[in-house]
Amino acid sequence: MTAALELDNLECTRGERPLFRALSAVVPGGTLLRVHGANGAGKTSLLRMLCGLLTPSAGEVRWRGHAVVGMREDFSRELLYLGHMPALKNDLTPVENLVAACTLGGTQPSSAGASAALASAGLRGYDHTPSRHLSQGQRKRVSLARLVLDTAIPLWVLDEPFNALDSGATAWLVSLLAAHLGHSGIVVLTSHQPVDFPSEVVQMGLSL
Amino acid sequence: MRCLFVRDLRLALRRRSDTLAAVVFFVIVASLFPLGVGPEPALLRTMAPGVVWVAALLASMLSLPRLFTDDHQDGTLEQLLLAAHPLAMLVAAKIAAQWIVSGLLLTLISPLIALQFDLPRDAVGVLFVSLLIGTPVLSLVGAIGAALTVGVRGSGVLLSLLVLPLVVPVLIFGTGAVDAVSAGLSVRGHLSLLGALLAASLGLAPWATAAALRIAAD
Repeated sequence: MTAALELDNLECTRGERPLFRALSAVVPGGTLLRVHGANGAGKTSLLRMLCGLLTPSAGEVRWRGHAVVGMREDFSRELLYLGHMPALKNDLTPVENLVAACTLGGTQPSSAGASAALASAGLRGYDHTPSRHLSQGQRKRVSLARLVLDTAIPLWVLDEPFNALDSGATAWLVSLLAAHLGHSGIVVLTSHQPVDFPSEVVQMGLSL
Repeated sequence: MRCLFVRDLRLALRRRSDTLAAVVFFVIVASLFPLGVGPEPALLRTMAPGVVWVAALLASMLSLPRLFTDDHQDGTLEQLLLAAHPLAMLVAAKIAAQWIVSGLLLTLISPLIALQFDLPRDAVGVLFVSLLIGTPVLSLVGAIGAALTVGVRGSGVLLSLLVLPLVVPVLIFGTGAVDAVSAGLSVRGHLSLLGALLAASLGLAPWATAAALRIAAD
């Protein structure tokens, strides 16, 4: 079955408030799904639902035709999720953090490979600095360096990936995402900043 | 799994002061008792197993909250939940790393502590073995509590309230084994029961902890 993400009648209730209802979409391979909404509209909740971290109060998310909630590791192997926080350990160096993150995600990069990925993310020379000494933007770059190594993972779900990035890093990330989409990957992301993608990228919008 | 185990050990080594806090607490608590109670040898020898075991329990309660809270705060807990490996195995790796820098260290120091209580040789040996088998049970059962209370305010107290009643059997069999050898009776029964508790918690705790983590993330 071709890689396709389906959202079927999703509903999210946080506390007493329903955030969104009856949300449906079919995202085929090679599509970029952009989720729009004001602060607090439920964008992060939706992304967590897509990953299977959050159970929807109604409806289901399907990957390759199967409900995501029951799939566990089979789905996790095909998913790369980068949340709001860079998910770095302060006491580890960027290389150690990157290798650990990729290994947990199923790929086994070498230190040299991780070094090269960090260099392409603009962090050449920071290989052995403890991560606590990096700025917010640099920490974001370390977590995004995983996208360089894990290109084989089809579904990328990114929560505000352009946050804290300067214009050079933004352009780099756009090229990474476009390349992934060109290989029939799926990217779901939220972003407050207006970001331009190349015209050949197939985009879908979802507003909450 | 091995990667996570090594990562957690590396983190513990780089934050030595946090890691050793529990061990230092154990040494201090166990050392205060002989000073407070007085130097009478017979009394000290009777108290020793109970004091050492209770100190080990309390020291574990100190180090357990940090099992998942650090990961929860920097966002790496989510990545664990979404890893390509079974969560129960990853949890087991984390618990193993935590035990090595808490329970195992306590066990290794216990003969020195036992010296302060004038425990005879064979009693020290049984105390060591009982801690060696019992402290992993503390880590395993405590992990379930840590997973249930991750992100909750005041989690240290809540964790103790949840876990201490559950590990009372470990305390009873652990001290019972040392008392048995002091009275010249066989320790096999007590140690076998401790071993059974270890086997049961090895089988159930990682799975229960994984389920609790998924609930906590929901």
